[in-house]
This record gives sequence, C-alpha cells and structure tokens, in this order.
Amino acid sequence: MKGFFKKLFGGTSAEKTIPTEIESLGTKAKKASEGVETEPIVTAPLSSEVFVRTENAYYPPQFTFGCAQSNGKQRDHNEDALFSLSTILASDNTNIPFGLFIVADGMGGHQHGEVASSVAIRAMASHVIRKLFVPMYSTNRETPDESLQEILQNGVLEAHQDILKEAAGGGTTLTTALIVGSQLMISHVGDSRAYAIYPDGRIHVITRDHSLVKRLEELGQITSSEAATHPQRNVLYRALGQGEPFEPDVSTYPLPHNGHLLLCSDGLWGVISENDIIEIIRSSTNLQDACHQMVEAANKAGGPDNITVILVRTPE
Amino acid sequence: MGAVYRARDLHFPNVVKRVAVKEMISQVRDPAMRETLVRNFEREANILATLEHPSIPRIYDYFTQNERSYLIEEFIEGKDLEALLSESPGFFLEAQVVQWALELCDVLGFLHDHKPEPIIFRDMKPSNIMINNYDHVMLIDFGIAKTFQTGQKGTMIGTEGYSPPEQYKGEASPLSDVFALGATMHHLLTRRDPRLEAPFSFNERPIRHINPNVSIELEAVINTAIQYNPANRVPSALAMKEALVNTAQPPGAPPQPSQVTDMPKIKEADTASETGKLAWKFECEDEIRGTPVCNNGILFVGSYDYNLYALEAASGQFMWKYATDGGIVSRPSIHEGTIYFGSEDRRLHAIIQRSGKLSWTYYTDGPIRSSPLIAENHIFIGSDDGFMHAVNSMTGRRSWKTDVGSPVRSTPIIFNDFLFFGTEAGDFYCLDLRGQVKWRFKAKRAVTGSAIITQDILFFGSVDATFYALDIKSGFVIWRFRLGKASISTPCLVENFLFTGAIDNVIYCIEKNSAKEVWRFSTEHQVTGSPVIQKDSLYCGSVDGYLYCLEYRTGRLRWKFKTEGPITGSPTACDDNIFFGSTDHRVYALSI
Repeated sequence: MKGFFKKLFGGTSAEKTIPTEIESLGTKAKKASEGVETEPIVTAPLSSEVFVRTENAYYPPQFTFGCAQSNGKQRDHNEDALFSLSTILASDNTNIPFGLFIVADGMGGHQHGEVASSVAIRAMASHVIRKLFVPMYSTNRETPDESLQEILQNGVLEAHQDILKEAAGGGTTLTTALIVGSQLMISHVGDSRAYAIYPDGRIHVITRDHSLVKRLEELGQITSSEAATHPQRNVLYRALGQGEPFEPDVSTYPLPHNGHLLLCSDGLWGVISENDIIEIIRSSTNLQDACHQMVEAANKAGGPDNITVILVRTPE
Repeated sequence: MGAVYRARDLHFPNVVKRVAVKEMISQVRDPAMRETLVRNFEREANILATLEHPSIPRIYDYFTQNERSYLIEEFIEGKDLEALLSESPGFFLEAQVVQWALELCDVLGFLHDHKPEPIIFRDMKPSNIMINNYDHVMLIDFGIAKTFQTGQKGTMIGTEGYSPPEQYKGEASPLSDVFALGATMHHLLTRRDPRLEAPFSFNERPIRHINPNVSIELEAVINTAIQYNPANRVPSALAMKEALVNTAQPPGAPPQPSQVTDMPKIKEADTASETGKLAWKFECEDEIRGTPVCNNGILFVGSYDYNLYALEAASGQFMWKYATDGGIVSRPSIHEGTIYFGSEDRRLHAIIQRSGKLSWTYYTDGPIRSSPLIAENHIFIGSDDGFMHAVNSMTGRRSWKTDVGSPVRSTPIIFNDFLFFGTEAGDFYCLDLRGQVKWRFKAKRAVTGSAIITQDILFFGSVDATFYALDIKSGFVIWRFRLGKASISTPCLVENFLFTGAIDNVIYCIEKNSAKEVWRFSTEHQVTGSPVIQKDSLYCGSVDGYLYCLEYRTGRLRWKFKTEGPITGSPTACDDNIFFGSTDHRVYALSI
C-alpha cells in the first residue's frame, strides 16, 4: 500500500517535502486495508460502501473527565480555581467533540489571589463560550470569525484586563486546554501545568513554567534538586494581572489518543512525582477516583499549597 | 496605578506653558501604611527636584490629595522609544542607537554618582526613554511611581525582559541599570521584544544573527553588558560609554555600506564556491510556468508552447513531446506508466509514459490550471469551469463532478477519504469521495495555492494575504498568519517549519504549532512559486528571475542562480538535482 502512495506521488519532491503527510497517509491506508476490504477498486461509478469505512472505536468520540480540589494542609483558604466543560453533539455526519478545561492558581495578598484566579477563569470560560461554543452549536452552525488560537489569546488578554479592574494587585496563572475534534490548543501563563499521558504510560509536560527558578534551571544556573527547594520557587516572571501586556504561550498539539490530559496547579506537581501520577491513574477505577487519589497523595506529602487537578480521558 | 495628564500651568496666564501631571493612586487601605507611602513619595520627589541634567525632566511641584499623589514635571514633546520602534518598518541604524545609548550612559553615570546615595533607575526600557524633538533622550518614569506598588508576596519584581537576574532577588545596583541598558539596545537593534521571550535569553538571539548590519564590536559591548553575573559586565555606565565610543566609526569616515542594505551580506568567495552548478538547460518555444516532475530518470514538463516534454533527467536530452491545444501551466502526475495533466485546451490528458502516445482525454468546460491528484484509481482535478472532476484513471470516464461555484486552480489533496481544495472565489472545500460537500470554509479572496496536511491540520495561503491552519474535521481555523500580500504559493513543511512565498517578495518560515514567524527572506520581486526542501536547503524561484537556495533553519542565503526571465513555477528536487522552468523558455537542471 505504501508503494501505491509512493507511486502516487511519483517519487517527486512531494515525497521529500511533506514526509509527515506521506507517512500518515501510508499508515492510515494500511490500517484501513487490513480491517475492512482487500479487493482493489476498479470500476466507476463509485459505490458508497467503498469509501465509507468504520472505525473500531467507541462512538461517538467524547471527552470524559474528573476533577478535584483541596486547600492543602498548610493554607486556610483556596486561591486555585478550575473550570471544566465537555460536550458532544452527534448527528448525521457532524460530530465534533468539544472540551474546555482551565486551571488558575491565584497569588497576591489580601483576597486578591482568590479573586484574581476566579475572575480569570470566568473571563476565559465565558470568552470561549461566547466566541466559539455558542456559534458552534447554533442552528445555522456559524463558524467563528476568529481563529481558535486567537480566541484563546484574546481570552487571556480579557482575563488580564478583568483582573486589573476587579482584583488590582492580584495575579494568577491561567492554563487553558481547548479541544475541538482532534485538535488540542493550549494557552498558558504561569506555572500551572498541562501534561500529555500516553497509553503506554509515558508522561510529558506540554507547558513551560514561567517561573524564575525554572528559567535559572534551564540556563544551567541551578540544578533541578536546587530548584525544588529554592526559596524563590514561587516567583513567576509571567502572570496574569501583573506586569505589562505580553503574549501568552498559545500553541496546538496533537491530542494523545486513547490516553489522558492532565491539568494541575503546582500544589500537585510540585509535591508528588510524575511516577506517582502515572501509578495513581493506572490503579484507579475511574477518573474521579484518580483525581481524589492525587489530591490525597499531595496532602499526605505535606499539602503545602492549594491543589487542583483535572484529568481528561481522550478517545481513540 | 495612575495616569499622566498633559496640563497647562495657570500660574502663567498670558502664555501657554505645558506641564505633565503624573497621578499616582494608592491602593493601600491601611491609613498608617498610606501615610508611609506618601512620605516616601515626597522624599523621592524632593530628591528628583534637585537633579539637574539635560536628560532628566525638571520637577516643578508635587502634592497629595486623598489617596492620590501628583507630580508636576516638564512636558516633553516627542515620542518614547517603544512607539518609535513599533512605527519604524526596519532596523534602527547602528549609529542612531549608539548615539542614544551614549546619552543614556551619561545620565545613568550622573544618577549613579549621586551623593550621598547612588540613584538606581531600576526600570530602563524603551517605553521609559523619550526622544524629544531635538533627537535627545529623556529618562521618564523614575522609580518614584513604584513606591505605590507594594510588594505582593514577591510575585513579580521589576519589568519582565529588561531586568537583570539579581533584580529578581530584590537587589539592584548600578550594574542592574547597565544590564537593562544592554537589554534595551538589544531590543532596539534586533526588534525582538524581550518581554515576549524567556528572561535572560539574549544569548539565544545573537544580535548579528538577526540583524547582520550591526558591527561585531557593538555586539561585543552589548553582550558584555547583559552578562548574567554582574561581575562579568561592563563595570559602570561610564565604562560602557567609553566602550561604545570605541565602537563608533572615526569622524568623517563614510558610512559602512552594510548599514544601508537590508540583505544579509554574503562573502564573494562563498557565493562563488557554493553556487548551484548548471547541469544542463533545455529550450522550449514559449514560457514555462508549470512545475516539472521527475520519474524513473525522466523529467516531464509542460510549456506555454502547448507541449508536454519528456527529457532525460541526467542529460536534458529530448525524448518526446506531446502537443495539446493550449498552454500547460500545471504539474503532471504519474501513475503506473501513465502521465496525467491538464491543459488550457480544457482537457485532462492521459499519456503513455514510454511512448508519449495518447491513452485518453477528458473534456471539461473550461481551461485546466489545476494539477491532477491520483487516488483510489481516480484522477481528481479542478477546472476553470467551476467543477471538481473525478475521472476513472483507466477509462477516462467521469465518476462525478461537483459544482463549487468558481474556477479551481489549486491541486486537490486527499486525506482519510476526504478531498480538500480551494477555489478562486475563496471557498475551501472538504468533499467526501462521492463528491458530497462535508464542510466549506470561506477565505476573503481566492485560494489558488494548494494545501498540505499534517496531524489533521490543513495549511494553505490565500490571495487575502493570510496563511491559514484549518482543522481537517471541522474546517475551523486553528490559527491565521498575516502575510504582507497575497499568496498563491503552495507551502511545504519540514519538522515544525512551514515555508511559503507571497507576492510581497518574501519567503516566509512559520512555526506550525504556534504560528510564530521564524524567519523571512526578501527577494527582489514576487514569490509565486512554491518552495521545496532538499536536505538542509530550501529552493524557491522568484519573479526577479533568480532561483534561491537558503539554509532552511535560518533563512540565510546560500546562493542564487540567475535565469533570463521571471520564475513563476516551482522547482522539483530529485536525487542531486533541482529542476525548474523559467519564463525565459528554458528548463534548468542544477546539480546540488
């Protein structure tokens, strides 16, 4: 089959310039031929059976999730905030699962931290819902007039402005995962994290911490063990509600198929290890249970900070 | 928090005396705390009022009313450097930046020498530097404003991007100002805003890498100023001034030619040794605007002289030609010994590769400028008749055609049993393989270039001067990238880099996940063809008549090869050769 596609592109520049595409075309075609039909297609007109292929996956594809939150053992109030939304509209041939998951970790004295995180989450969630969610599910199925990345970008800026208005002096991290179909888009400011977890147990941090200590570590100025205990490990060089306007990190990532997406505040990742996280996901009975176990584990390890976790299961 | 007002001083009723009134609002509710803040403010205002320096605005008065404190100071006519930077289209000239920096060193030296205590500016950055109408610098926004920003659990200290590492620990010395001055100069010379980058990452963006016009000497001085460790920096603002003076050209010397050119300078020797070597050229009877294809050692190329040519790829030796009744502007496709291509004679032609003899032709109702896609034993091709056609590759009989409302000149692409292509009305279609519309996206103007696909994302450019990334399932726009002008070029992708051309003369390199520009390269005329990547080089033609070879990671020019006419089509890379046509009627083969 791969040979067929090679011929198809005539071994020309196309093959060399877009290797990813050829590769995926090749493998996809191979899968299809193993599963469904082996007879070559020869005649016109095209019959409908020929081109409609079934997929061996649960249908319709959907994002299930669990979440959990705790003050931790050493704080008397919660400055973290979370938002989650997963929807599915399955009808005729349109079937685009939608997921919006947000974690914010507020900072700053008085009540400003908790106000900032809550304001930021509301601003971001309502912005995405207004700009994308509502048009997507409207009867005339409008397409949004901004790109998905622009929607996230503007959501971050709106959240920044709202904090300046409603929680002046406060700051917050804001990590948003927007999943539309098979596209995962993440906007990120601060040191909350998004992880991709693959079916084989690999776990990767998708986001880059905007923390001074992380930066010093990247520069080789301090070691990772020094970073873990550094007195300034909570100092961020980028946070919402603080500093000048900036560009948030906004990027698109391939969704880990048949795996998990984890969003959490530093109350989780700064306290328990990636191995602990994987072990808990593996041994738990469901997503909700996994989230509670992660929070438990962080509290058992001292619970120095507020803990927030969202765990999303991604379809095949 | 606060604002700056332009005000008129009514102590002088008969003349218009402008002053700036800076308002600072205290956010602290505790009265004792606020009292301390106001006292700090007044103390600093008093210090400022005693400073006499041409680059420091004069202080006329200050007062406090309720939770607001005001500072009345000299009104400066001019613009801050941040505004100047965003208004200027290109790089500032080195001499200009050095002149500003010299004045900044002067004023920093003055502040650092202040007795009994040195004054640390703490916030050197383009938006705090005004250039007045006489082209002199003025430092505005002294740290005084910051007494009102009480430390919030040390979340953020200093301005992101320009501040040195020690300022994040709450330490500030005269050397912190030296670092921030270096960071500011780096920004002015490279146009890369450090607030958008990770802190202390200047050495990841060497100045001359971004702006080759800057002298090695100046780059060295700035690099010393932005050392991570204060002990390794230029020891003082005055030492910095001395070092800068030494980089400046001797008075009366003519400006270096490199300062006025925008193009990266290429050493003559490099150009000579690395240029693409002409293997052969072949002359047709009219322009070549299409793209050649190489298969089993044979090169196929269509020409405006109505012929499709088969040439030996190694030698350029003529093998056969096949005549149509119209110009051939597209790229042929080859499958199982047959060559398929469209012609402006309205037909899709199927030719036997070995002999050049006709197998079949298929009529559409308009000239064909789209290139064929072969999949599932069918040829998919667009036509100016406004239809997408699916033709059986064996028989040449139509399976279906779908009305898409306007000419299709892009090449369709197939993925997961769906067909994707753009039209001249700006519609981008997703059809299933029975010709039913699955979704449709509307660009503002024509989509003439073709799309490529990776990881379920479609990438293509449009005549509306936008480069789009679309989700393959929904047709939603994931991101948009603004090009200078229209694009009809088909992008190519390597690793995370997307490459495309536009008629603003530029070849762009864009990061595919974040839509950030990695580099751009300007040719002398429109880039209508498509780039191709072979090994670590990018090859792309331009209407200026040159085929360019660039290092694809950096966009640096390796060499360029001159033809006698505009190059509008795309090159093809095959083994160690690059093949392309030019409107000078010739097919070129360069060995690389």
